[in-house]
Amino acid sequence: MPAAPEPPVKIRLREVTKGFAGRIVLDGLDFEVREGESVVVLGGSGTGKSVLLKHMIGLLRPDGGTVEVDGRDLATLAGPELTAFRRRFGMAFQEGALFDSMSVWDNVAFPLLRAGWPKAKRAERVAECLEMVHLEGAGRKMPAELSGGMRRRVGFARAIALEPRILLFDEPNTGLDPVIKAVIDELILELQDKLQSTAVTITHDLTSAFRIADRIALLFRGRIVAYAPPEEFRALPDARVQQFIRGLASGPLTE
Amino acid sequence: MTALPAPLEAFLTEVGRFFVMLARTLAWTPRRPWDARELVRQMVRVGVDSLPVVLLTALFTGMVFALQTFSTLRRFGAEGFVGSLVALSMVRELSPVISSLLIAGRCGSAMGAEIGTMRVTEQIDALEALATDPVHFLVVPRVWATVLTLPLLIVVGDVIGIAGGYLISVVYFGANPVTYVENTFRYMDLDDLTSGLIKAAVFGLIVAVVGCQKGYHTRGGAEGVGRATTRAVVLASIAILIADFFLTKILF
Repeated sequence: MPAAPEPPVKIRLREVTKGFAGRIVLDGLDFEVREGESVVVLGGSGTGKSVLLKHMIGLLRPDGGTVEVDGRDLATLAGPELTAFRRRFGMAFQEGALFDSMSVWDNVAFPLLRAGWPKAKRAERVAECLEMVHLEGAGRKMPAELSGGMRRRVGFARAIALEPRILLFDEPNTGLDPVIKAVIDELILELQDKLQSTAVTITHDLTSAFRIADRIALLFRGRIVAYAPPEEFRALPDARVQQFIRGLASGPLTE
Repeated sequence: MTALPAPLEAFLTEVGRFFVMLARTLAWTPRRPWDARELVRQMVRVGVDSLPVVLLTALFTGMVFALQTFSTLRRFGAEGFVGSLVALSMVRELSPVISSLLIAGRCGSAMGAEIGTMRVTEQIDALEALATDPVHFLVVPRVWATVLTLPLLIVVGDVIGIAGGYLISVVYFGANPVTYVENTFRYMDLDDLTSGLIKAAVFGLIVAVVGCQKGYHTRGGAEGVGRATTRAVVLASIAILIADFFLTKILF
């Protein structure tokens, strides 16, 4: 069977190194995400998954190596240029990272407002986004009144409001009930389908990883040690992959 | 990198961050979108909300100053100068410095805490991820609101302080009200007033930039926010007193 032409690379990290206060988190990491694909990055807690994600959008700068998005080296961007470049991204944060001085409605409307959408169009889109995450009617609430899971969903709605071409999800469904989890997974797939968006999702949740991923990567000791489509990934003989999939307490990951 | 002594390095880092934050604020100021509503909101917080404290402080500063100078100058039979002394000292020195120190404690700390909390809860990252520069969105309105509002507060403080001096001199010591008021304005120039206002604007800049900068660079959860808040007040207060010396030297 002739291989389908590979879509172009959207995000490329080359030999990225990053340390905090002497502790190395990313250690010469190489990683590519192809356009329109949904990639899931697995890895234990504290292995630097969030750090990896923040490098892709330039929230963190590598100590060494390069990060390219759409062929642009992020190191060449700064100030207003970098700010404008980020319009192509949507990012949902671990704890939601909602603006706690604004209502749920204003949080979701924020990116639309900054992008200069007129009021009526804005209202329509906010209502639509809140409905997607099953939070219609919560618009007037303040973030402090919400549960952790609800906050995360609002963060998700805010991230997708502008229908960005690149979606970054930092543990979008950790701590959610199975139904909402499935809803979020569906949304990720739907967005990708509708917008041909590229999505990078970080999770420890294998069910949703296998549900949404075109490719799955495993992050270990600052590098991507395995990267394959779900079925192949599941069958990889790599002991680290097998330990993670089976959830074993002992193995190379925990040595 | 050769190692500097730790306190020196910390000091230079602080100074460097101050000027970087100042430069970023100035660079983002002319850029759209302009958020007039946020500017007004911050001006209300700095101005209207601080008015009672500033009034009270100015009143008692003026009163104490009159109390001290009156009893001292009376020994030389020079109590006629109390009016001029109170007025000039209030306008040129006491009102700007004391009010700014209060605003550092009241608003600089609030800015540090607010922006610091946003930092440790990833809200600053979220702003950036939503294609919004945090300096543009958070720091620019706070800095300009403080720079514009502090001189206004100081004018009110001047008036109340002088009134406090009048109260003590005339009502308590029984000075002649007409000569007292005459003396108050006899030696005062417009320059005295404007130099006080220039000082106030510079102090406002210091308070807001230091507060925002400490918040922006907050690390380490709730404890970090507490640290940032305290440091914002301490650093801004020291910087105000140092800047006051140099401004006085330049302006007079």
